[in-house]
Amino acid sequence: MIYREAGDFKTGYREDGQTFPIKLDRWAYYGVLAVAFGIIPFVINDYWASAVLVPFLIYAIAAMGLNILTGYAGQVSLGTGGFMAVGAYAVYKLMTAFPDVNIVIHILLAGFVTAFVGMLFGLPSLRIKGFYLAVATLAAQFFLVWLFNKVPWFYNYSASGQITAPERTFLGEAVTGPASSAPAKYLICLGFAFVLAWLARNLTRGMLGRKWMAIRDMDIAAEIIGVNPLGAKLSAFAISSFFIGVAGALLFAVYLGAAEVGEAFGINKSFLVLFMIIIGGLGSIFGSFAGAAFLVLLPVLLKNLLVGSLGWPTDLAAHLELMIVGALIVFFLIVEPHGLARLWALAKDKLRLWPFPH
Amino acid sequence: MASVPEEGVVTPDGRQIGGVLMEMKNITLRFGGVVAVKDISFDIRKGEIRAIIGPNGAGKSSMLNVISGFYNPQEGEVWFKGYRRGPMKPYEVARLGIARTFQNIALFDGMTVLDNIMTGRLNKMRSGFLAQALWWGAAEREEIENRAQVEKIIDFLEIQNIRKTPVGRLPYGLKKRVELARALAAEPQLLLLDEPMAGMNVEEKEDMSRFILDVNDEFGTTIALIEHDMGVVMDISDRVVVMDYGRKIGDGTPAEVRGNQEVIDAYLGVAHD
Ligand SMILES: Nc1ncnc2c1ncn2[C@@H]1O[C@H](COP(=O)(O)OP(=O)(O)OP(=O)(O)O)[C@@H](O)[C@H]1O
Ligand SMILES: [Mg+2]
Repeated sequence: MIYREAGDFKTGYREDGQTFPIKLDRWAYYGVLAVAFGIIPFVINDYWASAVLVPFLIYAIAAMGLNILTGYAGQVSLGTGGFMAVGAYAVYKLMTAFPDVNIVIHILLAGFVTAFVGMLFGLPSLRIKGFYLAVATLAAQFFLVWLFNKVPWFYNYSASGQITAPERTFLGEAVTGPASSAPAKYLICLGFAFVLAWLARNLTRGMLGRKWMAIRDMDIAAEIIGVNPLGAKLSAFAISSFFIGVAGALLFAVYLGAAEVGEAFGINKSFLVLFMIIIGGLGSIFGSFAGAAFLVLLPVLLKNLLVGSLGWPTDLAAHLELMIVGALIVFFLIVEPHGLARLWALAKDKLRLWPFPH
Repeated sequence: MASVPEEGVVTPDGRQIGGVLMEMKNITLRFGGVVAVKDISFDIRKGEIRAIIGPNGAGKSSMLNVISGFYNPQEGEVWFKGYRRGPMKPYEVARLGIARTFQNIALFDGMTVLDNIMTGRLNKMRSGFLAQALWWGAAEREEIENRAQVEKIIDFLEIQNIRKTPVGRLPYGLKKRVELARALAAEPQLLLLDEPMAGMNVEEKEDMSRFILDVNDEFGTTIALIEHDMGVVMDISDRVVVMDYGRKIGDGTPAEVRGNQEVIDAYLGVAHD
């Protein structure tokens, strides 16, 4: 009976609208932030950074981006990998063309470049919906990968066709390049994830978020009450792509260090991020983090458990992973489209009423 | 009252009815070969409750869709507040101060009742993208002010206890009420209601009639509504337009319309020539 809202009365609309209306949730949130910023950077090692935490944070940003577009605004996209590639190649071109400008600024600029490209590819959404839009974004995915492969200017005419991140520092610490340390990589990704989550939360709880959801739930009624569909859809594409572009820039510059477009940003990436938001929860910021955590952790866990402890062959473990993910996707699509976020909320609901359900 | 003087009149129950707010002149609307609305003219006066009635398929919803900018008529002129309105997008019409509900409820099922009604206020909110993203001063203040307005409507329509419920889970009658709330949230000058009482039981109809009369009385909102229940129409409306097969066959006070032979024929199903 500790987790409850009784006695936690709201005396104004401001408090009623806050992100964590229940006190215990608020404390849990501050606790997570304290650990994330205050403890993990001191204890993190290379294994944890590269196997779990850095990819988790980067995919959480990408998942938030796709969730804004698909979960909130209802526009299906299979172009996530391609848009991440735009962020990666934009940051690469900027890093190499303007070596003296701070990397954080480059990453943000890469986000804006992707926002612009995303908006262009979002234009068809004004005419087509659902399945047809998904196919159009799929075309964008293939076109972008083809483009970055075909035009040598994008990879600075390197012989291998790869892009490689040079060393860049932030506040005196190397965050990209071979010399960057685990805490530095972790912290820069955490910083971006934290600020972007806060922005996403603000945008989705305000009028822009309502316009997106209105378009998602019933576009005709939305227009009749005054939503300009052009503005709502294109803003969703732009903001979503900004997030995805930043994620792509971080994935390349901070995490991978070097990338080949087809391998790093292929159609598999699009599906991976889509699965994250389906499992985590469509239309939920928390769900974006939950889904990213789940799909980043699952292979690590299976590998440690099955290959490490039980001595299974690696390929068998990999197949099992595919089957588990497949089954979960089907389960969530049919049973609980709001994903882990909704299951979590239900569990909390039970807890709130426990031990007196009525 | 079919010929109201320009300066307006006071109804027997003491409400002020003013000059012409909206005028439809010789409207014709076709869907391919189907003529849904045929050369119809009528006006709506400030402060009145104007009913549009007629048998199924008469073209009532089509007429309302022309008023709300959903369809642009092939012929005719639409005048609002003394200006001729050119072809407009529905969201532009909303900005002029015209709100509506739908014959088949069109709510945002994934959103809560509160968010649905808040969406109705989107034309009242001006804070820019950056302010919203940072949840700075203007954005938060605006959100709170508008929330207070929405709470007034929630109290008015007696739906306090379902505020945080997702709309998809509500029963039919309540959905109709939430849809009215969303339209009212826009503080429209002209409110269009397409069969607000369809599918309701007697008690729900009485509630809805009371809300419509209260909205008109307390906020001075001009209302145009389509309704099949003759009892309700005769009770609450000031003037009635009668349509049949896309044509206007009657226009006047409920009493005048009830005595009109063509209207009686249409309703009794006399064969057309
Ligand atoms: N979008 C459309 N496309 C083609 N025909 C249409 C369309 N909308 C309406 N119609 C036709 O126009 C005519 C008038 O339809 P409308 O919906 O306006 O009638 P109504 O008076 O509202 O009827 P009801 O009482 O059943 O709601 C009908 O014959 C209908 O089939
Ligand atoms: Mg109709």
